[in-house]
Amino acid sequence: MAKLKDLASMEDRLVAGHGLCLGCGIPLIFKMVLRATEDPLIIANATGCLEVCTTIFPRTSWNVTWIHSAFENAAATIAGVEAMYKSLKRKGRIPKDKKIKFLGVGGDGGTYDIGLQALSGAVERGHDIVYVCYDNNAYANTGGQRSSATPFGASATTSPEGSQSPGKLQWRKDLTKILVAHNIPYAAQSSPHRWQDLYNKAKKAFETEGPAFLNVLCFCPTEWKYDESQGIRLAQLAADTCIWPLYEVESGKYKVNYKPKEKKPVLEWLKPQGRFRHLFKEENAPILEEFQKQVDRDWEELLKLESF
Amino acid sequence: MSKETWKELTIGTINLDAGNSVKNLTGTWRSGKKPEFIEENCIQCFFCWLYCPHFAILVKDGEVKGINYDYCTGCGICSVECPSKEKSIVMVKEEIELAGGSKK
Repeated sequence: MAKLKDLASMEDRLVAGHGLCLGCGIPLIFKMVLRATEDPLIIANATGCLEVCTTIFPRTSWNVTWIHSAFENAAATIAGVEAMYKSLKRKGRIPKDKKIKFLGVGGDGGTYDIGLQALSGAVERGHDIVYVCYDNNAYANTGGQRSSATPFGASATTSPEGSQSPGKLQWRKDLTKILVAHNIPYAAQSSPHRWQDLYNKAKKAFETEGPAFLNVLCFCPTEWKYDESQGIRLAQLAADTCIWPLYEVESGKYKVNYKPKEKKPVLEWLKPQGRFRHLFKEENAPILEEFQKQVDRDWEELLKLESF
Repeated sequence: MSKETWKELTIGTINLDAGNSVKNLTGTWRSGKKPEFIEENCIQCFFCWLYCPHFAILVKDGEVKGINYDYCTGCGICSVECPSKEKSIVMVKEEIELAGGSKK
């Protein structure tokens, strides 16, 4: 098993000097993911916080080959790169046994919404790629518009709370299960507060032959509106309240990796976040109740899926 | 930073100088508070290194040695997550020198 001390002595593939917000969760996620393979790595990055903040021209925070094409096609780009290297191997231009890893990266905007079609196509065609989505629940890079990953009841700039609305009215899309429905060999959900979980899943994803998908919850002090030092605490609470269950699906078989000893009420996760502040007004009590019920339903369903 | 004109830029915005963002000192954003490392309390768990978003924890010869203020933005995650009995990272007030002209 990997030790933090050893991981810390590895070379950073994403380096300091990036412009991500203070207290941002994205670098912590990629600190682990990029250490999960020692093979040469090629990354295609969808437009989003990570892409914008790490490559402010003429600077780059990437120590690996990195491509940005557009918002919607990170998965198509990396699939094309993978196919090109396959062809080069077939033609004998590079050794057949040379190991190269291909990683697609996007936020929830570039993955749940805009890039879904490209991702669906790439995994359906069976490219040997890994796709990591850092889900910060909003279009955080452009001012916090709602995405299909934004939680029910959250106030976002395009789903603001007010006298006529309690925030976002729709339940979030379950992207991980959409990817599972593609019958890919490996799909998982993780969170940066459990680094071993994240590291192991990333390692498994890289070692998987064929497409692998990793959905990682990413705290965002700017859009979630909380004290920026509390990110890891919030990630822990998301797992303890079962809002963000940690699980993996290997060839159709579900495994829940973390079951809280005591399932906490969703209030504990909602309360520190400014985007949910309005839910604690008296008139929004039914929204809170609905929130808890839906989380309970999803959790029960997941446990059932595991027992199959 | 030397003055670059469009003539020096690579075609197609290709950047061959991998990892050159280390020249951006994000520590200049820090305002009001900064972490202070107390070595004798440190149990070398590496959680601060793990959870630092700005790669600002100094690790030398397999040990956490302190904080790189060139990059630390003062978010305070390291201090919150520090598990040692007596915290080995505490947030302290930091006086900042304002650039000339903004004196009130």
